[in-house]
Amino acid sequence: MNFGPNAVQPGRFFILLAIIAGGAVILSTAPRILDNIGARSNRPVGKAVKDDKDRHKAPDFELKDADGKVVHLSDYKGKVVLLDFWATWCGPCGIEIPWFTEFQRKYKDRGFTVLGVSMDDGGWKDVKPYVADHKINYQIVLGDDKTSDQYGDVEALPTTFVIDREGRVASVHVGLTDKKDFDDAIQKLL
Amino acid sequence: MRFKNYSKLSPFFLAAALGGVIAMAQMAPEMKIEPQPTVKAKRGGPATVTLKVSLPAGFHANSNKPTEPNLIPLVLKWTGGPLENGAITYPKPVMETYGFTAGKPISVVTGAFDIVTKFNVPATATPGPTAQTGTLRYQACNDRMCFPPKTVNVNVTVSVE
Repeated sequence: MNFGPNAVQPGRFFILLAIIAGGAVILSTAPRILDNIGARSNRPVGKAVKDDKDRHKAPDFELKDADGKVVHLSDYKGKVVLLDFWATWCGPCGIEIPWFTEFQRKYKDRGFTVLGVSMDDGGWKDVKPYVADHKINYQIVLGDDKTSDQYGDVEALPTTFVIDREGRVASVHVGLTDKKDFDDAIQKLL
Repeated sequence: MRFKNYSKLSPFFLAAALGGVIAMAQMAPEMKIEPQPTVKAKRGGPATVTLKVSLPAGFHANSNKPTEPNLIPLVLKWTGGPLENGAITYPKPVMETYGFTAGKPISVVTGAFDIVTKFNVPATATPGPTAQTGTLRYQACNDRMCFPPKTVNVNVTVSVE
């Protein structure tokens, strides 16, 4: 190893080695991490609505509403759907829900709907009072592990998918997001 | 071996490291319980178990008495072992506001804290090493997202004398 005048000095060599080692560790775990936050090509995270060619079909599901009626995502084909994974114990979710109630009111006559998927383990005994207290005007279904897995193992709440009229995921939002980002995405798809 | 152009490589790895750190910040946090030293428990006397618990930086969990009824509290439950009548003292919570609390403080625990349980040791307890077991349930968030409630197992080695 040459440590002559034109080569890197030993101190800098070890700094470089540390950076390379750190990068290797990060890159070796990156695929799982990127999947968790939906940064893979099938589930992009961010504010933009994906280009048409990059949108993938949103997985269909079969979940029940408060009346026990089975609801499928495919029931809404032809509509723009804001699919929101949330829970009654999730504070950031509570910030977004009034926005979604407003969107439902504002855009429902233009072929739009919000569909809330509650991930409450306590079930309807927890969800029904919350829906009433917060005057939620859109359909709520109870989620399950299967649906969570289909949508990329949703763990962080809120996680929200905006789905186009062809049933394809146009954007994904993980965590509390700006209201304008949702509104922009919806308006682009309507 | 010469590394004349090392400066061209380092931004790539720095970006990879930053991207990984940002990504990891969105993963569910784990509440960790430090390994406990063996608790000596004299028959007929008291015994104290102190759990040293921590959450990663940037996350908080609701305290044992959250401010809102729909929030999931921190709960320690002792489920087995020789020690009885455990009186649990939870950590003093901090009142914090976050982006999603609309200016209203909520009662949380953050960082490192202790949960202390004072037990009685029955006079009839069998001498020797054994375990006191339990569960610790918590629900954690950062300032933008929340993660499902989790339960961690608690296992403390007890030496009954």
